[in-house]
Amino acid sequence: MKQPSLAHVLQPKWRTALQRLREERANGGSGKLVVLALVGGAFWVGVFGVLYRILKALRAVEELGPLIPGKILGLILLSFISILVLSNVITALSSFFLAKDLDLLVSAPVDWLRLYLAKLGETLLHSSWMVALMAVPILTAYGVVFKGGVLFGAYAILAIVPMLILPAVLGSAVTLILVNIFPARRTRDLLSIIALGAAGGVILLFRLIRPEQLARPEGFRNLLDFVILLRGPTSPFLPSEWASQAIMGYLRHEIDLLPLILLWTTAAAFVTGGALLHRVLYPTGFTKAQEGAERFIRGTLWRWTVGSMLGWLPVAKREFVLKDIKLFFRDTTQWSQLILLAVLVVVYLFNIQALPLHRGEPVGFFYVNLVSFLNLGLAGFVLASIAARFIFPAVSLEGRQMWLLRSSPLDLRALLWSKYWVGTVPLLVLGLLLTGLTNALLQVTPFMMLLSLATMAALTLAIGAMALAFGALYPQFETENAAQIPTSFGGLVFMMATIALLAAVLGALASAVTTYVRAAWEGSPVGVTPAMLGWFVAAAALCATATIVPLRLALRKMESFEF
Amino acid sequence: MIRLENLTKLYGSFVAVDDISLHVPRGVLYGCLGPNGAGKTTTLRMIAGILRPTQGRVLLGGDDVHTNPLSAKMRLGFIPDRPFVYDKLTGAEFLRFVAGLYGQEGDVVDRRIAELLEVFELTSWKDELVEAYSHGMRQKLIISSALIHRPECIVVDEPMVGLDPKAARLLKDIFRQFVGKGGTVLMSTHTLEVAEAMCDQIAIIQHGKIVAAGTVSDVRRQHKAGDASLEELFLKLTGGVQVRELAEVLGR
Repeated sequence: MKQPSLAHVLQPKWRTALQRLREERANGGSGKLVVLALVGGAFWVGVFGVLYRILKALRAVEELGPLIPGKILGLILLSFISILVLSNVITALSSFFLAKDLDLLVSAPVDWLRLYLAKLGETLLHSSWMVALMAVPILTAYGVVFKGGVLFGAYAILAIVPMLILPAVLGSAVTLILVNIFPARRTRDLLSIIALGAAGGVILLFRLIRPEQLARPEGFRNLLDFVILLRGPTSPFLPSEWASQAIMGYLRHEIDLLPLILLWTTAAAFVTGGALLHRVLYPTGFTKAQEGAERFIRGTLWRWTVGSMLGWLPVAKREFVLKDIKLFFRDTTQWSQLILLAVLVVVYLFNIQALPLHRGEPVGFFYVNLVSFLNLGLAGFVLASIAARFIFPAVSLEGRQMWLLRSSPLDLRALLWSKYWVGTVPLLVLGLLLTGLTNALLQVTPFMMLLSLATMAALTLAIGAMALAFGALYPQFETENAAQIPTSFGGLVFMMATIALLAAVLGALASAVTTYVRAAWEGSPVGVTPAMLGWFVAAAALCATATIVPLRLALRKMESFEF
Repeated sequence: MIRLENLTKLYGSFVAVDDISLHVPRGVLYGCLGPNGAGKTTTLRMIAGILRPTQGRVLLGGDDVHTNPLSAKMRLGFIPDRPFVYDKLTGAEFLRFVAGLYGQEGDVVDRRIAELLEVFELTSWKDELVEAYSHGMRQKLIISSALIHRPECIVVDEPMVGLDPKAARLLKDIFRQFVGKGGTVLMSTHTLEVAEAMCDQIAIIQHGKIVAAGTVSDVRRQHKAGDASLEELFLKLTGGVQVRELAEVLGR
């Protein structure tokens, strides 16, 4: 029997993507595209600009020449490969074992190799597109600084593509083996914890070794040690090192084809090996993936604890809050992200504690207040990212069950209320803890402590409301994976809006804080002047508006939802 | 009990439901028949308050579903055709959650949950996450959830899909008893035998319009169909494909 071509097997995927684009355009989505292009363009220009300046400066250093840029490229590509392996393992689980089209493909007379290649391609695309886009401004900066010429782009693609294939094959193979050991649903749980735990561990390790110490000149005994360190490869067996060698060789005009050959032959060997493994293990794995996770749960603990605490609420709201909390803690892909969150908080506090502010110089007072004030923006940004991950998808995740909520006499305001507080209360606790602890580490004055805590509380209430509202304004009801919701267009708009709010609130408070710091610096009595009061009121009004208006908009939007 | 007044639904320029007016009295089991894409599900979802009509209104026991939704929906139990429920809740938790949406709690709800799970033979599954349920079990759970608050009327889209013969029979008995006690059921179905055996009255929908309504005998009389079966009547009214043509296609 003649087998369908690979393009034919993949046809539903690309046709769906094209149709989505058409629908976006039909719904006036060109505005969205413009915003995306602008933000993406600004990001690219930013990355390019920073790297260009660094590379330009480094290139001018005699003796070291392209050594440090080569080392940097190797490290960047190594970090890309680490991220790619993790993301491929998780993506492969969806595309090879949980995707909706598998029943059709597996029951059709499509041979194992086409199925493998189609799903490998899908995994590769889903997990690597972000890294590939990120690589563009980085490699462009290298190409421009080292005058790579027009053909450099093509050469770089030749070096990077096999570097993307290798982690995709590796990730798929790891998933295949894991699914054969555990049922797919269990594997997804396990993988989420392992992947996030590993990512958290890497971040923590990287931070705790204090890389900033390496940048101190007194850290090196002599230049020769440094050069020797730079000349040695990170590891001769890492594909990232081969890609880095290939690219830097081209840029130094010393083209060596060995790294390229190594990359492509290894990729080919990996694909062959992966395909053979797939042929042997996939049928059993796919069968196991159909097995449901059998778990008996009484859920009485939640009822006794949280349920009793919420006893004062009307029954509909109470049941809704309880339901949301249960769903969150029973979905490993959701709660496991708390591991990463905890690590990030530790790193955050560690960074603040590591700041060299309290060295006894009089200038310390100024910097302490400056850092404490700017920390509000940073903590606000961290909270916005967390809200994007946990609160933004809240409305979208109700999509399939919306028939029940809309046909029941549940007031949509109650739904919105529950979603808002379930998301915002933990965010508020975290925001106040972050701000309080960092300010305690910075040893700020009671005035700054009070101002920071009040601002953070008001900002958190606004951020929670905006996350929920943008989630309702840009819902993703059809998504198969909750983790993809925050990276949608709506998520991007939410982050941009939050950054604007943070800038506006900090801008309003800056004048008041400057007045205070100046008075305290000069030793004059510090009092709240009418002008300061005016700025406080302005900041509070901004936060209140950013809380109330989005919630109202969200309610109106939810009332117009049709299913 | 259920009154539709000039109900219209447009999707862009496509008319899904075209000026439908219908009255389903209390104590009646009413069937909505029609070919795929005729507008049955859209109509039912408008009655349940999930879709907003472009024009017209839906009254449940005198309350407009869209201007006075809470009291209208208190009277209603809705059973959709696709059983989407929260995968990470157990069956019992899901039913308790739904009862909560209708403002019900406490021992009464626990007793009602036990009763419904027993009737639908789900008792041994009550503490298991819904993600482990089969399609039919999910459908039974949703039917239980629609009955948990003792509604006055039930709107149900394709009730027999996914049910085993025993559960299908049970559901028919439940609906008949419900109607016998003064409840109202409006259901859409493709299964004409089910409609003929169960429904007191029917409406046949085609291209978003009601093309015939009343008891089966009324419809036969209106369209001069003699003693034709409901299937023949349905095919006549909806322009069904001739058996000969079908045989030709399948014979290829």
